[in-house]
Amino acid sequence: MEDVNHPEATPRKFTRRDVIKGVIAGGAVSSAGYLFRASTVGAQVSAPGSVDRLITLNVNGQQRRVDVMKQETLATTLRYKLGLTGTKLGCDRSECGCCTVLLDDVPHYSCSILTHTARDKKIVTIEGLATADGKLHPVQQGVIDEQGFQCAFCMSGFIMATVGYLKANPNPTRAELAHGISGNLCRCQDYDKILTAMMRGAELSRRA
Amino acid sequence: MAIIRDIMPAFELFQPANTDDALALVAKHGKDAWVMAGGLDTFDWLKDRIKRPKVVVDLSQVKELAGIRPWNGGLEIGAMTTLTDVVRHPVVREKFSILATGAEAAASPQIRNQGTLGGNVSQDARCWYYRGGWNCYRAGGNTCYADTPTAINREHAILNADRCVAVNPSDSAPALIALDAQMVIRSSKGERVLNAEDYFVGPDIDIMHMNVLRPGDLLTAIRIPAAWAGTHFYFEKVRDRNVWDFPLVNVASAAVFSGDRIERIRIAVNGVAARPLRLKQVEDAVTGKPRNEATAQLGGHLAIQGAEPLRYNGYKVPLLRNLVKRAIRGVEEPKWVS
Repeated sequence: MEDVNHPEATPRKFTRRDVIKGVIAGGAVSSAGYLFRASTVGAQVSAPGSVDRLITLNVNGQQRRVDVMKQETLATTLRYKLGLTGTKLGCDRSECGCCTVLLDDVPHYSCSILTHTARDKKIVTIEGLATADGKLHPVQQGVIDEQGFQCAFCMSGFIMATVGYLKANPNPTRAELAHGISGNLCRCQDYDKILTAMMRGAELSRRA
Repeated sequence: MAIIRDIMPAFELFQPANTDDALALVAKHGKDAWVMAGGLDTFDWLKDRIKRPKVVVDLSQVKELAGIRPWNGGLEIGAMTTLTDVVRHPVVREKFSILATGAEAAASPQIRNQGTLGGNVSQDARCWYYRGGWNCYRAGGNTCYADTPTAINREHAILNADRCVAVNPSDSAPALIALDAQMVIRSSKGERVLNAEDYFVGPDIDIMHMNVLRPGDLLTAIRIPAAWAGTHFYFEKVRDRNVWDFPLVNVASAAVFSGDRIERIRIAVNGVAARPLRLKQVEDAVTGKPRNEATAQLGGHLAIQGAEPLRYNGYKVPLLRNLVKRAIRGVEEPKWVS
């Protein structure tokens, strides 16, 4: 297959389209491997714990087929493979919180988890908060009401961390919420207004 | 250290679904296998290209390694249980609250949601020379860059240093030692159980490892005995910033008092040596004595015996002494929380 990808090694009878089709079909076969695991053929080819390249992710309620490398982080997949650029990459070292997404309702740094690890989880990004008809999530509405952010690069991370925290504790005090979303940094040092906005979001969430 | 923002170098990834498959994989790949729990320590190494494992064995899908179960009146905590799950567990909070406090003190909420108890105790040193890829003793070289006249070493060791002056950065480790926890280690050859304090090794024993785990080994569970359930606990962590930061020094103690007297006590500290230290000499000296300022002074003084500060970490000596004093006599004011 690798030889085929080099133009000079490609015999004339292969067109570019054939090659692409071949790659897609090959991927589909390998990703369907789980169907054959019980059979002797499947057991021979796949070592326990090996992972497929083509996987399906549940992102914002949709099943998204995606081709991921083994070393790829979820932030990379979301931003550069699925086009969900609302998730920001700040530090890429789990030190800033801009890349926070929800996995099964729990906030995680998407820069610091392999996409393969998120395979069986329900992923929610900032793009998945508003309803289909465009109605904003209460926490998003809280940000607009209170004008909580200055430059707002960190905003999607803060909102996801807050949404996740409110699922565990829907009625926090200001101090509890500050501790709950303390894994996010704002370089504009806008924390007071952010907390006000998030508290407003919590209040709107309870009313909704 | 330049920060590299592209994708990590390639490695072979295995995500076994059960412990037996995981053990078979680490046995098969031996030294080539990098065992990954939550990944928060791992990704720094891999993204900076300082460690380049051929094979990563990710334990995240081994469901049987996560979870908290009753065990002999105490608890058995799967090594892959997240710190958040440890903190929120009702029995941990009720009987072993020092572990909840220690686990909650680590890192940030998102990291605790993913980081595991096994990973927290097994994480590597945070010495920035070592982390920066310098070929120091711990990395297999023959120099310590943190112990030179111009080195920046305010977060380094004051006790038990031997060539390497890095410290162990875990917050849950001293809490586990105070609770007299046991570490369950499995390999394809079988299972062994070690006391928590014997799980960690200093540079005098093995300068390139923080604990006894060797290729083929997995830390599978941590057992908390009933002996110290519901006793009087003290945990305090001192750090530069409220979130993310590793401890400059932390202290954990479990004690039983009869009236005014200290009947039995266990004290452990971290951030002062390459391994979390159980302060046996302090425990022995204060046991049977009244719980007062004089006893605390004695314990604090004993704790810093033999301390050898480097150029910038002299503050750790009084810090350690005072934290041990507090752990013995307690404090009046409510504990400061982040």
